[in-house]
Amino acid sequence: MNPVNYLYLAALLFTIGATGVLVRRNAIVLFMCVELMLNASNLALVTFSRLHGNLDGQIIAFFTMVVAAAEVVVGLAIIVSVFRTRHSASVDDSNLMKL
Amino acid sequence: MNELAVPLTGAASTGEAVQFWVLAVIAVAGALGMVLCRKAVHSALCLAATMLALAVCYLAEGAVFLGVVQIVVYTGAIMMLFLFVVMLVGVTAEDAVKEPLKGQRVAAVLGGLGFGAMLIVGIGNAGLRTFTGVGAADAAAGGNVQGLALRIFSQYVWAFEVTGALLITAAIGAMVLTHREHTEERQSQRELAEQRVRLGTQITPLPAPGVYARHNAVDIPGLLPDGSIAELSVNPTLRARGQMRDVSGDMLRRMDELEAGTAEWLDRKAPKPRTSLELTSLQKTPAAPVVPGENGGASE
Repeated sequence: MNPVNYLYLAALLFTIGATGVLVRRNAIVLFMCVELMLNASNLALVTFSRLHGNLDGQIIAFFTMVVAAAEVVVGLAIIVSVFRTRHSASVDDSNLMKL
Repeated sequence: MNELAVPLTGAASTGEAVQFWVLAVIAVAGALGMVLCRKAVHSALCLAATMLALAVCYLAEGAVFLGVVQIVVYTGAIMMLFLFVVMLVGVTAEDAVKEPLKGQRVAAVLGGLGFGAMLIVGIGNAGLRTFTGVGAADAAAGGNVQGLALRIFSQYVWAFEVTGALLITAAIGAMVLTHREHTEERQSQRELAEQRVRLGTQITPLPAPGVYARHNAVDIPGLLPDGSIAELSVNPTLRARGQMRDVSGDMLRRMDELEAGTAEWLDRKAPKPRTSLELTSLQKTPAAPVVPGENGGASE
């Protein structure tokens, strides 16, 4: 097997995540789709690291994980506070900048 | 860490090929399940499966440290955070079925297919044949973790510091966003009681769930004197989901047995046992208006 298959897998997962972001309406599931896209790009980075025999790709994947953790914390806090004011987690219902 | 079979060269062994195909199926199935599941909890579990599969992929590719971090950070911390928020938000949140923009979903799926085809054709055309493998780079630093540490604390130390600032900002941001400011004075217990009497809706505490000393689960409604169930004794969320376990028929049957046994013991005439038809009709009847404070428990 050629390790390039990992890149195909990453592309497939990224596509599924991107389509999910466009298709779903629940803000939490939307966030999970974004996480999936980040994971797919991480897989691609790790495979690139293997391709070039260089650890820099793994370093970037590591920083991506950290940024993803920070993003999830803030994003979920926003979802919770929007849910408190609007009583809905659907992205269709949030059409005001301020309540 | 060095005991793990990290590939020294870039080429994949047969074992890795088998592992890849198994993991790829799990990962893609999990991703599709996440997008297609109606309930947010199921989506979260599917995503956790995908992330675990990817963690094993990292290990197979020689990124030992990242594989462990993926399990600890993603499936351990981030997915648990997701599940917590689903618990806070998800009970009453249902995914909208109607489409505000006509044909948006079809267009999105078509666009996704085109995008995926473009990516895959692009990777295919890149002609990546020779993979160097990270074995040499790992060996030069004395291991994968050592190699990463060497780079993080020398070449990438500035990015690492900025990451720390980012994490602190995120933590403070989350606290600020979820902090609830009390704009008006909190109502005291006396004020709440007076308000309840004024409105006259439900003055006493709600009846407690459970039947005698046999069932005390919250999803089993208490029984009224006539044997019908007291709907108010069950949490409204469980009622809305239709997760009430009705044991009234069962209880009445058992009470009949008990009464018959007692009568036989005391040489009395046994009361006529209720027929099964009577029992089912009793269960079907809508619950009579609940006498508040029947069971004396405070369940609100």
